[in-house]
Amino acid sequence: MELLGDFELEDDGTIIWYLRLYITGRSAKSLNAIANLKKICDEYLPNRYEMEVIDLVAKPFLAEEAQIIAIPTLIRVLPEPIRRVIGDLSDREKVLLGLEVKPILPNDGVSNSLK
Amino acid sequence: MSEENSLPNQLEKCPTGIVGFDEISGGGLPRGRACLLSGYAGTGKSLFSIEFIVHGIEDYDEHGVFVSFEEAPNELATNVASLGFDLAKLQEQKRLRLMHIELPQMMVESGEYDLKALFIRLSCAVEAVQAKRVVLDGIENLFSAFSDLSILRTEFRRLVNWLKEQELTAIITTERGRYELSRHGLEEYIADCVIALDLRVENQLATRRLRIVKYRGSAHGGDEYPFVLDKSGFIVMPVTSVGLSYDVSREKVSSGIADLDYLLNGGYFLGSSVLVTGTSGTGKSSISAHMVQQACKEGKRCLYVAMEESPLQIQRNMSSIGIDLKTPTDAGLLRFHAVRPTSHGLEKHLSEITTEVLRFEPEVVIIDPVSAFAIGVSDETVKLMLVRAVDLFKSRGITALFTCLTSGDMAEETTSVGLSSLVDTWLLLRNFETGGERTRGLYICKSRGIAHSNQVREFVMTDSGVHLEDVILDENGKILTGSARILHNRMKAVENQIQKDGMDRQKQLLEIKRQALEAQISIMRTEFEREEKEIFAQLEREKLRNHAAIDAINEIANLRKNNTISKN
Repeated sequence: MELLGDFELEDDGTIIWYLRLYITGRSAKSLNAIANLKKICDEYLPNRYEMEVIDLVAKPFLAEEAQIIAIPTLIRVLPEPIRRVIGDLSDREKVLLGLEVKPILPNDGVSNSLK
Repeated sequence: MSEENSLPNQLEKCPTGIVGFDEISGGGLPRGRACLLSGYAGTGKSLFSIEFIVHGIEDYDEHGVFVSFEEAPNELATNVASLGFDLAKLQEQKRLRLMHIELPQMMVESGEYDLKALFIRLSCAVEAVQAKRVVLDGIENLFSAFSDLSILRTEFRRLVNWLKEQELTAIITTERGRYELSRHGLEEYIADCVIALDLRVENQLATRRLRIVKYRGSAHGGDEYPFVLDKSGFIVMPVTSVGLSYDVSREKVSSGIADLDYLLNGGYFLGSSVLVTGTSGTGKSSISAHMVQQACKEGKRCLYVAMEESPLQIQRNMSSIGIDLKTPTDAGLLRFHAVRPTSHGLEKHLSEITTEVLRFEPEVVIIDPVSAFAIGVSDETVKLMLVRAVDLFKSRGITALFTCLTSGDMAEETTSVGLSSLVDTWLLLRNFETGGERTRGLYICKSRGIAHSNQVREFVMTDSGVHLEDVILDENGKILTGSARILHNRMKAVENQIQKDGMDRQKQLLEIKRQALEAQISIMRTEFEREEKEIFAQLEREKLRNHAAIDAINEIANLRKNNTISKN
């Protein structure tokens, strides 16, 4: 296994992804986000992910801790580093890009995560 | 401002506690509404906002939340620590909540979103400290973090409505746009109150100005008000050049010089401004000192702005003519503000004087000398600054005295900055040279509202203070002062004596004549009385004779009657 920068290659099956989705109640955006995320994870990270849904209506104090501004917000907690995607996750390409599930090759010119 | 209170359903105000601002806004910001505060970087928006919050907590017991989209909280705390604001302590006391909204640089956006979480966080903070005041500092940074502007506008509108629903009085700061008050046109959504801050450099003076662009539901100046940021914070100078409507008084303030009070029918009008001009050493400061001493004796507070001499020097110099300025200083009635004129710009000078006036609340202010301001600066600028100073004093009913140095040669009737038109009373001190001596004369050049003599008076400084002597004219109409006057007076005294002697003699002659006359009268009277007696005596004798005659006749008649009867 080779770690190029901070992303995972699809072939590697050892690391479990830990994702946290912040929503507010049962609004359309929130429900859509949950559904979309599940779909994406099942497809790209089968059995390799853990998803936590945090409802800020129920637990508003958590918004400050995590510095959440937009709803819905998806945070990739593991593997490090932390990544964020906001929105109802209906644009799959963007989600993959944001989470860096899709491998980003060095000569793509889109890389924004190298330390 | 008093009209506000008489309106039936006036807009309730939220006092900011910022020096001068509550005055110009008729009591503060509109309560329960959002106010847009716009200005370029460095114009003082954050300072204004944090003062609004801190004063709200400390002076009005209204807790607040300060949300910064720019500075981190510890940066802000450090910046305002020098003003005496202990933000950490206020947070510990749960009266203040500082929030810093971190905006991640590049957020990937997938699909639709809104800013509900921001609302939730804000709501939590407001609840945690039971806030009544909120500041959103640099909110436009939100716009740069997210790409969908229409979502942001919608959310912003919702935010303003939410603030209103929660009855929070809020300040939202924005960066000035090129042609607009904000970069993203936020002023559309905040219709109630808009304030613009400005920083301009003109005539080598950096001037800060605050303008109330819009204030719905309240009468406001609409003018630009100068303000400064100094070591005690944000200070707005509540003076405008529009409207000369001050309350005028007919009360008088003593000048401290009895002779001068007499000439001015009691003294200077309360709340008026007095200018004393003269060449160096003519006694301008003594006139100021007299006024101060008198005012302090009456328990009034005085502010002495000293531009040339140190307070101790002034005290010492004045004690030599019998004026004690040390006692009122020690008692806290007299306050000196001594500063070098070249130490900083005019705006700063004015702001310092304004601050002192607003904090110390004197009834008398002296600026000695005002001409010191003109060093290195154009006359026009100085005059403008003094217009504002006079305005400030008049609006507060402060009686002000300015001294001004003149060059003496020909420009005695004109002061270096054309000040004489600004003031109500103008006293001119002039040196006379007669008979090899230099003495001082005082003219009342102008005195609005008081009939005054146009004659010069000699200005004498003794160890019991200043006295004004009547002016003597000799046969040629020349003014006599100093020792010439004393000589003249002596001569006059001698003449008077001679005259008096002459008169005394005349009186004596008259007395003799009178006595002679009286003697004559008494003789004539005696004569007359004697004659009177004679005549009365004669009359008496006549009367007796008549009586006797009548008696005799009666007697005879009786006798005859009886005889007749007895005969029968």
